Amino acid sequence: MKYFILNQASRLLFPALLILSLIVLYRGHNLPGGGFIGGLLAATAFILVGLGDSMERAKELLRIEPVKLMALGLLVAVVSGMPSLLRGAPFMTSEWLPGFALPLIGKVHLGTPLVFDVGVYMVVIGFALHTTFSLSELAYTEIEEHEE
Amino acid sequence: MPTILILSLAIIFLTACLAPTLVRYLGDRAGWLLALAPFSVFVMLISQAGMIEAGEALIYQVDWFSALDTSFSLRLDGLSLLMALLVSGIGGFIVIYAGGYMHGHPQLGRFFLYLLAFMGAMLGLVISDNLILVFVFWELTSISSYLLIGFNHEQKETRWKALQALLVTGLGAMAMLAGFLLIGTVTGSYSLSEITGMGDLLQANPWFTAIVVLILGGTFTKSAQVPFHFWLPNAMAGPTPVSAYLHSATMVKAGIYLMARLNPAFSGSGFWEYTLAIFGSLTLLLAMFLGLFQKDVKSILAYTTLGVLGVLTMLLGLGSEYAIKAMVVFLIGHALYKATLFLVVGSIDHETGTRDVTVLRGLRKLMPISALAGGLAALSMSGLPPFFGFIGKELIYKAGVKLNGVELIFLVVALVGNLIMMGLALKAGVGPFWGKPNHEALPKKPHEAPVAMWLGPIVLAFAGLAIGIVPFWVTEFMVAPALAAIQGTEIHHLDLALWNLVRPNLPLLLSGVTVLGGFFVFLNRARFWAISDAVLKTIRPYGPEAMYERIFNATIWFSKAQTRWLQTGRLHDYVFLIVMTTVGFLTWAIVSFGGLHFTVDWASYDLLMIGLVVIMIIAALVAVTGRSYITVLVALGVVGFGVALIFAYYGAPDLAITQLLVETLTVVLFMFVVLRLPPLKTISSRYTRLRDGLMATAFGGLITILLLKAVNIQFDHAISGQLAEMSYPEAKGKNVVNVILVDFRALDTMGEIVVVTVAALGIAALVKTGIKGKGKRS
Repeated sequence: MKYFILNQASRLLFPALLILSLIVLYRGHNLPGGGFIGGLLAATAFILVGLGDSMERAKELLRIEPVKLMALGLLVAVVSGMPSLLRGAPFMTSEWLPGFALPLIGKVHLGTPLVFDVGVYMVVIGFALHTTFSLSELAYTEIEEHEE
Repeated sequence: MPTILILSLAIIFLTACLAPTLVRYLGDRAGWLLALAPFSVFVMLISQAGMIEAGEALIYQVDWFSALDTSFSLRLDGLSLLMALLVSGIGGFIVIYAGGYMHGHPQLGRFFLYLLAFMGAMLGLVISDNLILVFVFWELTSISSYLLIGFNHEQKETRWKALQALLVTGLGAMAMLAGFLLIGTVTGSYSLSEITGMGDLLQANPWFTAIVVLILGGTFTKSAQVPFHFWLPNAMAGPTPVSAYLHSATMVKAGIYLMARLNPAFSGSGFWEYTLAIFGSLTLLLAMFLGLFQKDVKSILAYTTLGVLGVLTMLLGLGSEYAIKAMVVFLIGHALYKATLFLVVGSIDHETGTRDVTVLRGLRKLMPISALAGGLAALSMSGLPPFFGFIGKELIYKAGVKLNGVELIFLVVALVGNLIMMGLALKAGVGPFWGKPNHEALPKKPHEAPVAMWLGPIVLAFAGLAIGIVPFWVTEFMVAPALAAIQGTEIHHLDLALWNLVRPNLPLLLSGVTVLGGFFVFLNRARFWAISDAVLKTIRPYGPEAMYERIFNATIWFSKAQTRWLQTGRLHDYVFLIVMTTVGFLTWAIVSFGGLHFTVDWASYDLLMIGLVVIMIIAALVAVTGRSYITVLVALGVVGFGVALIFAYYGAPDLAITQLLVETLTVVLFMFVVLRLPPLKTISSRYTRLRDGLMATAFGGLITILLLKAVNIQFDHAISGQLAEMSYPEAKGKNVVNVILVDFRALDTMGEIVVVTVAALGIAALVKTGIKGKGKRS
């Protein structure tokens, strides 16, 4: 625990950032936000833990390997385009459930674009974390210096 | 029942997929079971023969790319039926034989998979009624035959030969595809059965010659006509069952088939007919000449195959009723005896360990069944009565004596060709079994091959004899409908009994000459072998194969040269090349859009923004001249956040947020790498730095101009307006940016996240190699 403040901050900010990222993901359809921004936010949450605590801790919190997360995200995105095929419409035509209201959130529209956005969200998290983890490995592994 | 067409294809391809599993459980006995697939297809198809003979055709059609007038349509008429029966019937015996021949081979399952896949492709090819579909199956045969020829891939030579077959036939197929597209453009149809009826339209078109040349590019390479013949003897590198199958009933006949199929549309044109006749006869002569000097039994057979392909092409070119009849009969006869001979040779090779005809002799006592099969096939190939081969040869001479004037030369060619071919037939089919045994000279002590390996040869050999004695069924149900399809006429009865052909006339006399001459060639075979090496060595540098090698090597050389020049492995060079290319194209784009004419709307820039831009410019200069990584990083960050602020100020919150997050992440990621980088110091020369500076300025300047111009271009506001309007009612979203990303243009986003994933994998791979190699790899 090298940096006390950063460590404590990451503990507090991690859940907050994750929730924020989900909110941003959901509200993207009507207000600034969406899967890409949400994914980046979520990734920052993990990276914060990685810097404040350790990359191992961040990996533990993620539970799933970033590569698998990316693959899963791609799968979700592809599958989200399929429901329309059932009724003979082209691939990726959006399909919506009838709107309904929930307390606190208000009127809710659920549809395949949101599912697609979730896929994007997952891919972006996977991308950012996969890169971060690999590069951090580079930073903490001893490598013989070699002259060009 | 048109569904049997699709059913046949499904059976073969599904069996192909099952083959590896079956072999795992049954070993090489799986061959017997797998052979059920082609045999059941054979039975299903032959049950349709009566209907085909009555002049009907089986049509199966489903929509495929209807927008391109390309449907998945299969059609069975006389010609297709004949070819499909050969493919499936002979194919069945080949599968059984392969089980014995490849006994104990560790990759037998894979072999059956390739073999059956090839069979399916071949079957699909001969029953397709759509040109595009024909092309698809055509390429499938090329690819699967590549795998089969190169099956013994441990040998470098085998790989080279398999690749040669693939490249030659593959390049030819490209030309053929162009020909198909031209046909489609001219006739407005890709349906073979429609096109064959549009001969007048095609031949009147100025593109007709181009169409013929392009299509012959495909068929001549596939059917190994001069000058593309060299790949075929090399294809002997494959296991013998493969050679037997490729040469008798399938691969090389694909070209012949397609020419015969298109004949109704092209016949009557002198260009088509003379081209075929001339190239066919040249192929025949060359093949026979080269065949004389071969000492490997398999090579001898390969050259006779080449010769037969020449004969068939020549006959198609001659185009008379007799000629086409002779062609169809010859095609059937050849399929039967050539498959037999190859399989017998495979057995000899398998049992004695050699294929050298100068060593092989007197095996008849030890391998009686193979000897009988080989002998019968050789006699049929020689064209002796009462074999089916005799009918074919008689018809060739009948067609020949009808020729006039200069065309009589084709008769002479046929005579010489047949004569030598008979000599070669005896050499390959009788020679190894005849004479005084010298078993001591053989690498292995020979004995009769197992049942799986003599069943096919003996059945096919007797089939050639049986249909020679009683040709009625074959001529009425196979030859007549095929003839009608090739000529584009109605089916009519043929009178092809053996006794009708044995009459004292000129053709019979020519047959007699052939037999005597053939025997003479056979008796003098040793004389040719004596000078074999010298002759083949002398002519090789002038042959097309040497040309092929030169082109091949030149291509490799060019590829290496341009790789050395473009792919230097230095990041500096890559960036320079990419940026300069972009600069070049951008300049061209800007000039073609009216040069530097644009107006700047100064009113839209207020003091706040100008101040921000000034800060960013200073930061950029600091980044360029900075002496430490931290300085550079911070300066770059200032630029990035400045951009984000600009986005936010002009009402693009999505972009602004994204930019902020990306900037933050970049800083974090950079911190990991910064420890690993060598100290920041100037290593480039003044000249390089000047050059890079100019390049960067040019690039930045061009982008600025481009952006200023883009604002000025009066593009259609309807699109953006429409998207904004549709956003809520159509996509139930108020954030147009997001709606575009996840709904209107979701497929683009899909592509982008795939790119992002690939990039992440690439980064990780790069980093991992660095760690694993402990820095030893540079």
